[in-house]
Amino acid sequence: MAEKIATREAYGDALVEFGAKYENLVVLDADLAEATKTVKFKKAYPDRFFDCGIAEGNMVAVAAGLATAGMIPFASSFAMFTAGRAFEQIRNAIGYPHLNVKIGATHAGITVGEDGATHQCLEDLGTMRTIPGMTILNPADAVEARAAVEAAILLDGPCYLRFGRYAVPVIHDSASFRFTVGKGLPLAAGKDVTLVATGIMVSMALEARELLKADGIDAAVIDIHTIKPLDKELILKAAAETGAIVTAEEHNVIGGLGSAVAEAVSEGCPVPVLRVGVEDVFGCSGKVPALLEKFGLTPSHIAFMAKEAVKKKR
Amino acid sequence: MDQAKIRELRQKSAEIKLGALEAVYSASSGHPGGSLSISDLLAYLYFEEMRIDPKNPRWEDRDRLVLSKGHTAPALYAALAARGFLPREDLKTFRQADSYLQGHPDMKHTPGVDMTTGSLGLGISAACGIALAGKLKKKDYRVYAILGDGECEEGQVWEAAMFAAHKKLDNLCAFVDFNGLQIDGPVAEVNDPTPLDKKFEAFRWNVLVIDGHDFSQIETAVNAAKACSGKPTAVICRSVKGKGVSFMENNVKWHGSAPNGEQYGQAVEEIRASLQSL
Repeated sequence: MAEKIATREAYGDALVEFGAKYENLVVLDADLAEATKTVKFKKAYPDRFFDCGIAEGNMVAVAAGLATAGMIPFASSFAMFTAGRAFEQIRNAIGYPHLNVKIGATHAGITVGEDGATHQCLEDLGTMRTIPGMTILNPADAVEARAAVEAAILLDGPCYLRFGRYAVPVIHDSASFRFTVGKGLPLAAGKDVTLVATGIMVSMALEARELLKADGIDAAVIDIHTIKPLDKELILKAAAETGAIVTAEEHNVIGGLGSAVAEAVSEGCPVPVLRVGVEDVFGCSGKVPALLEKFGLTPSHIAFMAKEAVKKKR
Repeated sequence: MDQAKIRELRQKSAEIKLGALEAVYSASSGHPGGSLSISDLLAYLYFEEMRIDPKNPRWEDRDRLVLSKGHTAPALYAALAARGFLPREDLKTFRQADSYLQGHPDMKHTPGVDMTTGSLGLGISAACGIALAGKLKKKDYRVYAILGDGECEEGQVWEAAMFAAHKKLDNLCAFVDFNGLQIDGPVAEVNDPTPLDKKFEAFRWNVLVIDGHDFSQIETAVNAAKACSGKPTAVICRSVKGKGVSFMENNVKWHGSAPNGEQYGQAVEEIRASLQSL
């Protein structure tokens, strides 16, 4: 059984690690440092950490101001309170002037658990994707999360990073892992259908692949850690080779990975695309395993949808 | 402040007013009222106070100005043109599809614009970030922000006010252009944000209330802000919307509409006449 680590933990560790290397790196939080794990950076570099209190709109625009003077700010809060509440500030103060601000959004999706729907952001990939020039990174595990943080630092421009609260399996080997913004990772080959997954759904897609084998279906698996710019080349190649695609994300099926893939495939290589995600409903309180089951974010549901996709092939 | 200096600043202010009006008239669109009410302030800051270099608009050590009330961009562009950041004739391209002079300030394409603004409340927060960066990098630049009185109805202004005081951003000076009018009518009738001085004081700012058209008072306020340690300064500038053009003064209609040819001619004439009386 693989080790399990929440990507927010890896985010906090990465800020500390890269804080030593990049002296212009500063971190802002909005009274959630313990939860977002930026508290680790706060302890390591108290002079470069700024708690902005419960005022996310101000925090985001303060970060924009810092960036105009050459700093590399990471502004952190829950996904709901950055991409959701501070959408307009991100759009107008960061996106439009294309400033070098990183939004470190944690507690994305329903794996927030017990706090329920008000805190379970299922829209952030959608809102962020509509901002021109915004890079969106949604790491699958701790190894990818660390790499995403450094990639964001090296990228000159706005970047939204999405992390989760819940511990998920580490699927990548830290020694050999290579991360390139905008390049998907083919994790397994297959000829019948391609499972295109992002975030915590990547490890589930790998499990679904094993389930499908029992039914004689050979599924390829692609890890899309960069939602924007989307690796269309890799996805269209998979569409051409396997003739069917299933997307999987911890997000509303509207606006996120499923939408982005469907847009690319319908324009470039039309084949059936079925989407696994939260089906345009709000989340609710509950233990994470129960919620994943309730909303169909499971290996068995991905496998079911893969079989449906195969049936739709011409 | 001596009389010669005052005369010189009045001339600069008139130049800014004429540029702003020409921009708005050429575009048949824009915000003349609030541009005219800050022209004196901009004249003082750009021609007397700020450490800037038109040849090096991104100079790291420059003083910054964030026009948080971004809709009054015509006055900012006119000041930048007068100060040599951009060609005077470009003001005619304001708000046109192929121009870099956007309806609201765009830092990416306009030399001398220190922050993209327009959505009210964003600018003062960004100014806090620039001031914070100055502290972090141990720079001695100063950060000026200009807010509208109507803008102070935005909750984000007070998030920023709390932040600036808490982080002791004494390199930040925010002017509130208190002209008393917003698009829908007098601020006192729409959603009265007063008392602004008491509010900023309650947020632990150093506060001054001045006549925003009196250069000596502006100078005194700017110097008081520089002398104040450990606190940001708010300068509430009592001002006249549409200042300098008789039919625009204190008339809410001129918040966001352009003059026709006849009105423009009269406005230019009045401002030129005021110059001759100097």
